[in-house]
Amino acid sequence: MTALTSAREIREAIVTGKASAVDVCRASLARIEQTNPALNAFNHVIAERALERAAAIDGQRASGAALGPLAGVPVALKDNLCVKGVRTTASSKILDTFIPPYDATVVEKLEAAGAVIVGKTNCDEFAMGSSNENSAYGPVRNPWATTRTPGGSSGGSAAAVAAQCVPLALGSDTGGSIRQPASFCGVVGLKPTYGRVSRYGLLAFASSLDQIGPFTTSVADAALALATLSGRDAMDSTSSEEPVADFAAALTGDIRGVRVGVPRAFVSDGVDDAVRRAFDAALIVLRDAGATLVDIELPYARYAIPVYYLICTAEASSNLARYDGVKYGHRSPAVKDESLTTMYSRTRDEGFGAEVKRRIMLGTYVLSAGYYDAFYLKALQVRTLLRRDYDQAFTKSDVIVMPTSPIPPFTLGEKTDDPLQMYLADIFTVSVNLTGLPGVSIPCGFTEPAPPRPGQGESSEKLPIGFQVIGRMFDESTMLRVADAYERATNWPRTAPV
Amino acid sequence: VSTSLTVQDVERIARLANLELTAHEKQLFTRQLADILAYAEQVQAVDTTGVPATAHVNAHGVERPDAPKPSLRVSDAVANAPDGAPDAGLFRVPRVIG
Repeated sequence: MTALTSAREIREAIVTGKASAVDVCRASLARIEQTNPALNAFNHVIAERALERAAAIDGQRASGAALGPLAGVPVALKDNLCVKGVRTTASSKILDTFIPPYDATVVEKLEAAGAVIVGKTNCDEFAMGSSNENSAYGPVRNPWATTRTPGGSSGGSAAAVAAQCVPLALGSDTGGSIRQPASFCGVVGLKPTYGRVSRYGLLAFASSLDQIGPFTTSVADAALALATLSGRDAMDSTSSEEPVADFAAALTGDIRGVRVGVPRAFVSDGVDDAVRRAFDAALIVLRDAGATLVDIELPYARYAIPVYYLICTAEASSNLARYDGVKYGHRSPAVKDESLTTMYSRTRDEGFGAEVKRRIMLGTYVLSAGYYDAFYLKALQVRTLLRRDYDQAFTKSDVIVMPTSPIPPFTLGEKTDDPLQMYLADIFTVSVNLTGLPGVSIPCGFTEPAPPRPGQGESSEKLPIGFQVIGRMFDESTMLRVADAYERATNWPRTAPV
Repeated sequence: VSTSLTVQDVERIARLANLELTAHEKQLFTRQLADILAYAEQVQAVDTTGVPATAHVNAHGVERPDAPKPSLRVSDAVANAPDGAPDAGLFRVPRVIG
């Protein structure tokens, strides 16, 4: 039986008849059943539908038909991506009963490529959070240490790949929600260029920032998934006409002469010692592989957190206005003869969790009369300055690298009482969304196990650390080439010992 | 603009956002939103004279021919409504007019 870690190997095994898609699908379903009580990575599993699809792939092979690039590969989807006829909740009570009447474009593309969707993964409610603790269905647990967060908001997708439930999962990344959980769970997580992948069928959070992307255990699988997902879609006017490169062909292993920008000042403060050590070691690996390290400056990056939280909450307050108890989802049962507005506001109070309400409130405030110019418009202007920083940096460098998160996976409950502290840990991920650039987080080591403490026995916790490679707009190829070269030069384990 | 947020401010925003907050939520959000806004005020120190706003990073032509094509069936569109009338193709809501 092929391990559930490589999409390419699974497809190869199915194409050559070494494995059947149904057997692979059964193995994935069994692994989910085995790990989910401990991890809570899946909101729902769609076993029957998955086995039917897998049988269809086996039938295609038997009939001699050509098989797609993801034939028979089990895939998990973040529960904010619509699959026709399959419950989709965004981990919110307000959508607890929602059954989408259509497929997201990425779902159509995955299934056209032969992928077998096995289930919907847990996440922070409406993708708002950095720890997966804002889910209405409870937090996901980190497969490397179940007392800790898997990161967020796509925590379930990251955990599902790390725990070998699936070799490929999709998430969405508005401020780091693919890259940060990938870093926390020791897997690869890719946020494509804004416009690269259609968002049709993604439940919108902040429309100028949201992108869909893959979690995998290797850069090569991420390149394969990106090729499948990318391209112009008439259903999403922000999707780009930009040609889709042969991302797999870009993975040559040769990064001699590639200029790697390092924002030394930006990454000098507030970075955990273990993260710093791992990042510094990664720079040496890249240099030894022939890359040229270049110092760059991103002076406006220090404003990225306030700019991001002003913009994303403003957009969220508008996008989430649609959840009002009329067209879908929850309606307050406490409403009888009250007014329409009472029905709206009571429904929304019952249906949304605390973080979603907080963000809707903040976004409504910064868009309201008297505060729009001082907060929202100002944030959009500083966003321009931040883009200019990156434009300038890319005149001297071909990619930019930095830690994905300033801290390793933290303990569940540690930051839930202080939203601002939770936001501050997004410092290295949000500017990539504000600028639209592509970024990929790849594993670069582990924290050292903590020394034994009296009476508590020996701690064996080794927690994953990741760093991200950021590319120019629509130049995922160079970004992936650097990430792949780093991966070839190192050998960090990608699957957690659960 | 410096931020001093009162419970009355939070109640006003909640009305704008169609959120009926509990007394506990009003107290909690007054404190938390004030903290977040105080932190966010640092953007006001940045000189942005003459700097255009970036609302969208990938602006390109989004016009298309206005050609009719099939869309969702009305019964499918209404199927998720908590109080729908699929046969009539309607969403039911509380009485709006007198």
